[in-house]
Amino acid sequence: MAGLHKSDFANPVINWIDTRLPIFTMMQKEYGTFPTPKNFNYFWNFGALAVVALVVMIVTGIFLAMNYTPNVTMAFDSVERIMRDVNYGWLIRYVHMNGASMFFIVVYIHIFRGLYYGSYKAPRELLWMIGVVLLLLMMATAFMGYVLPWGQMSYWGATVITNLFSAIPVVGPGIVTWLWGGFSVDNPTLNRFFSLHYLLPFVIVGVLFLHVAALHITGSNNPLGIDVKSPQDTLPFHPYYTIKDSVGVCVFLLVWAVLVCFVPNYLGHVDNYTPANPMATPADVVPEWYFLPFYAILRSVPNKLGGVSMMFGSILVMFVLPWFDTSPVRSCRFRPIYRQLMWVLVADALLLGAVGAHPPQGIWVVIGRVCTAYYFLHFLVILPFLGKLERPLPLPESISRPVIAGGGGGLPGGAPAKPMEKP
Amino acid sequence: MADTVAPTAFDHGSPGDARRDFLKLVVGATAAAGVGAIAWPLVDSMNPSQDVLALSATEVDLTPIAEGSGITVLWRGKPIFVRYRTAAEIKAAQDVQMSQLIEPQPDSQRVKSGHDKWIVLIGICTHLGCVPLGNKPTDPRGDWGGWFCPCHGSQYDTSGRVRHGPAPLNLYIPPYAFESDTKVKIG
Amino acid sequence: MRPAILLPAFVLPAFVLIGAALLAVPARAQESETPPLVHQHWSFDGVFGTFDNAAAQRGLQVYQQVCSACHSMKQMYYRNLAGIGLNEDQIKAFAAAILVPGPADESGQPTQRPALPSDHFKSPFPNDEAARAANGGALPPDQSVLEKAREGGPDYIYALLNGYSDPPAGMKMQQGMNYNRYFPGNQIAMPQPLHGNDVTYVDGTPSSLEQEAHDVTTFLAFAANPELNERHATGVKAVLFLVFLTGITYALKRKIWADVH
Repeated sequence: MAGLHKSDFANPVINWIDTRLPIFTMMQKEYGTFPTPKNFNYFWNFGALAVVALVVMIVTGIFLAMNYTPNVTMAFDSVERIMRDVNYGWLIRYVHMNGASMFFIVVYIHIFRGLYYGSYKAPRELLWMIGVVLLLLMMATAFMGYVLPWGQMSYWGATVITNLFSAIPVVGPGIVTWLWGGFSVDNPTLNRFFSLHYLLPFVIVGVLFLHVAALHITGSNNPLGIDVKSPQDTLPFHPYYTIKDSVGVCVFLLVWAVLVCFVPNYLGHVDNYTPANPMATPADVVPEWYFLPFYAILRSVPNKLGGVSMMFGSILVMFVLPWFDTSPVRSCRFRPIYRQLMWVLVADALLLGAVGAHPPQGIWVVIGRVCTAYYFLHFLVILPFLGKLERPLPLPESISRPVIAGGGGGLPGGAPAKPMEKP
Repeated sequence: MADTVAPTAFDHGSPGDARRDFLKLVVGATAAAGVGAIAWPLVDSMNPSQDVLALSATEVDLTPIAEGSGITVLWRGKPIFVRYRTAAEIKAAQDVQMSQLIEPQPDSQRVKSGHDKWIVLIGICTHLGCVPLGNKPTDPRGDWGGWFCPCHGSQYDTSGRVRHGPAPLNLYIPPYAFESDTKVKIG
Repeated sequence: MRPAILLPAFVLPAFVLIGAALLAVPARAQESETPPLVHQHWSFDGVFGTFDNAAAQRGLQVYQQVCSACHSMKQMYYRNLAGIGLNEDQIKAFAAAILVPGPADESGQPTQRPALPSDHFKSPFPNDEAARAANGGALPPDQSVLEKAREGGPDYIYALLNGYSDPPAGMKMQQGMNYNRYFPGNQIAMPQPLHGNDVTYVDGTPSSLEQEAHDVTTFLAFAANPELNERHATGVKAVLFLVFLTGITYALKRKIWADVH
């Protein structure tokens, strides 16, 4: 029988399946023996945590959808019914609601890892860009999901953000009417947001598959930012990283459980417990915390189209990042100047978040503009110039032999350096 | 330390491995318990919710029902017939020979002892599911004084037993209990 | 990590801390005319908090006798009162004393019937328009989730109920509005609902304003979070379980990695 895969598994059932569809061989290769750099730190857990978050969100979302009604007269009440009458409905709802925050926390840290250690640089540019697509999909999903409970923030957040598209010249207002399915955010909008909110996570799953596939072609980056030179530099993914990721998952679930069970509404907004009222705008319309920096960028430009462009631009600039960073060195461990500027970027992002949380008045306007300008300065000016001007620290020979003199990483200072042997 | 081959955890035989295997077992078992603890709320969320359960029992006040007539109440989405039988109707139900019945069942098995003047039935014809007529004295009740199904002509007696087809079975009895002489709880 | 070379070491952490601290500031514009909320002691506070059933039942009395004249609580069912310690008979009796709309009679006229445990709490008005008409154009908000819908939650509600006073000298009140120290803007349409001794508590507790405010706030917190007792208990179990699991998983990780380190 030509074309059948030659399977190495002894178990007859597994062998039968594997020769016809080599999923077991694939799992063994990609997650069993896959050579992974041995010097990962815990920043490398966050991709796996994001997958866990995605799975939990999909599962809880499906069970919520069994009881949710996407109609403007019933949506808020159906969520309350889930909270009160559906067995464990309060648990499923609070897990899903706080899960959005957990998902963004781990993805933002995952992105920080990529920025700090140069994981976006060649040959991982496409991997990085697929990641940016994933971020955009996540943001669309979260935006539409927040509308579904049909509270005041759901309604007015949807109104503000969909109205942004009217800034597009010529076709803008038409696009907004098309998005709404009417002349304001109303039932057609809610219904289609529900449909798309259910769909997009599965699109995320598909793009995630591409993300991981791209990763497995290039192999993972590592804290030193240098390539794997030999099998000595690596460990099989199982059991080393399966168990290390498990530790991370436990801590992740612990934080999530504390949020859900003790402070489930801490990250939310009280106004979303008031049913949507198209006649009354709340005093402040603010998105959830994970959108605050982008909201700040949007409002920092007094021109509507300018603000929209800058807001989307702040993410689009990530697409071109691999080509704007001219440094020959990947990891900030060996980039003494850029390392500090990375933390400045983090502070900038946090400050932008604070700006987004406050009404655009007084000092916050100034801070918002300065921080927005700095954000773009970092990616579009600092990165290309710094790469050429900065003198990086000397790179170690290999991951197994990172010890030259003093710092570095990997093996502790006292271990003797061993000559590399050919396998 | 072996330098030539990337070390794996699959080498067995050294003393530390027994402790590692035990630890693996404990971790695995605890994680499995955790998965079970997570799975149960999801499964239970699909069980009838509290608002559905609250309506799963219906109390019926019997005082407004006149002798010889019956009412229909809704229970779990189904019609329930509650009829106050006259002495003649009770006797007619009790005197029937089992051999005359399509689905033999004595009247005593279809009522609660001490309350045989009340017959409580699920008012769905066992043929194809229509709701038979017969609660009001002015309704057609069929030849046996019970209920008559207008869809295909099935007829039931005063005990709700089928006497003329095409229905194959007697009207079903829902779970019910008398809370007092004037109040019955269905479900 | 190598020490910072160019910028002084304190500047970077300072940036991060300033940013984080600003983010932690409450995210809504506070009217500066309202004093900061005083944190009250609530039985349901904290990791091990549960509802004080006695207080909640007194609060139910206040709600039923005072608040329910204007405020609906549509998401609550009478059967939910089991969560504050009423047994089945007490619930049936409580509900049966309340008349709710029944099915139309044979000529199509609306009827009334005693409420059942499976009924929603009765609303004082058939619709929002009637509610506004009876309250000078203002809509008394539904109280089912009110405790979660206001910044400060129970502390705010308690402060508001105790926060009525005469307006300060020189302040012009709008037509029909009442001065309240804690309401944003200080002008609230609701006249002072509680003064003290508005109800006679069944359990004999003296019904001062502070007591009534405390009890009705407890009841409102229950109405908004009926699952709180179970949620806290689940949280304690989940945290203990996960701490244990994290511990043994980390131990296993160290074991597996022992030959690498």
